[in-house]
Amino acid sequence: MVNDVKRRTVLAGLGAGVVAAAVPGSAMALTTAEARRLIDDVVSEITRVINSGGSESRMLTQFERIFDRFANTAVIAIRVLGADARSASQAQLRDFTVAFRRYIARKYGRRFREFIGGRIEVDSARAVKSWHEVQTTAHLQGEAPFRIDFLVKEAGGRNLFFDMVIEGISLTKVEREEIGAMLDRRRGNLDQLISDLRNTG
Amino acid sequence: MGLSKRIILPGSRTCPTRARLKMACVLVVALSLSACGFSQPVDGIQDPNERLNRRIHAENIAFDRFLFRPASKVYGRGIPMPIRRGIGNFAGNLNLPRVVVNNLLQFRIGKALKHTGRFVINTTLGMGGLLDPATPMGVEEDRTNFGETLYVWGFKEGNFMELPLLGPSTDRATVGMIVDLFTNPLVYMVPSPENAIGVFSAGLAKVGDRYEYSSTIDSILYESEDSYAQARSLYLQNRRFELGVEVTDDEVDEIDSLFEDLYGE
Repeated sequence: MVNDVKRRTVLAGLGAGVVAAAVPGSAMALTTAEARRLIDDVVSEITRVINSGGSESRMLTQFERIFDRFANTAVIAIRVLGADARSASQAQLRDFTVAFRRYIARKYGRRFREFIGGRIEVDSARAVKSWHEVQTTAHLQGEAPFRIDFLVKEAGGRNLFFDMVIEGISLTKVEREEIGAMLDRRRGNLDQLISDLRNTG
Repeated sequence: MGLSKRIILPGSRTCPTRARLKMACVLVVALSLSACGFSQPVDGIQDPNERLNRRIHAENIAFDRFLFRPASKVYGRGIPMPIRRGIGNFAGNLNLPRVVVNNLLQFRIGKALKHTGRFVINTTLGMGGLLDPATPMGVEEDRTNFGETLYVWGFKEGNFMELPLLGPSTDRATVGMIVDLFTNPLVYMVPSPENAIGVFSAGLAKVGDRYEYSSTIDSILYESEDSYAQARSLYLQNRRFELGVEVTDDEVDEIDSLFEDLYGE
């Protein structure tokens, strides 16, 4: 019970912090069209960065910014930590969220290099359970097209995507495994993990 | 399809010899008959033989590091891309009759017709399957196998397993792979030494895939802190996606309660 209450408060605090910049009063239910528009923006931003011809380090910084602006990094970070999020302090969760954002932008941003000359098309959007799923198709040069789905849900007045699913493979689930393995290697030391995530690559 | 190809590969895929297959056959059928019956949550990972699987995974990694990956580099750099692609097309085309048989076994008549059309187009206009004019005509391949047929028939996924040389699988997928050795009508229609070309070209196509998707596969096998867990997760998620398995209630609850905690009134 006590644990539950503590978790709730901690999570609520974190959510409030993250959403502080959001516009109040627009907390209406997200429509399919809005979900689609959000991902239209994400895709065009990503495409712009890829074809900007900037250096890798500049592109990675820009990806981190896109991720920050359009993704629900608080939800992703907590889901990735899984059970370990429950024992973390609010400060640890906040630090982890920032470090994880950097880690993810770099890890996946490097791969976006392969997208140069390719394109992502937004195909459709539909309501699934309590969120919206926006389906896109990535057309890469000399490769069979593959599907990328974005899961979008309204969060404290903002529309953000909280998972990205490539051919059925959820970024959250993959990273939950990876972060779990990283934590095991560090004997569950979250602070160590945070500092390692900050300093890699 | 693009990514799935990259992801199913983590171990490696070559063609085991007949004798080894026979042995594996007996072993696996026995194994899976015992496992297929139990019901299980489709979302979770069921891996009671993790210790054994991890040992096999370590061997697969060694095989990849010292043989498969270097060989794929030689192949990829030595053979020009159009020829490699032609071999991939050729292997895929020879596999189509098997796809049609499985479509029929799954009662998907429309798909069976589509793939028959694809086989005819690519075998004739595509010069024996080396080219793929069917795809730009909108007759793409929608891969399937006997593992999916078993899914359609209601068989459970069973346990996760990592196969020597072949990489991640499940009880159901492994049984499917064994049955699929016998589901290609071409094998019976083409005389004996010539029909080995199917297996041979499929093997080459795998080597080509290892080269083509090298950066993705390398990142899973060599840059992860737990490549076994990564490969397992990627394989199971992608496999379930291809079969059309829906999101589970547990997962919906997890997401909803997290949003409620963070943003609820």
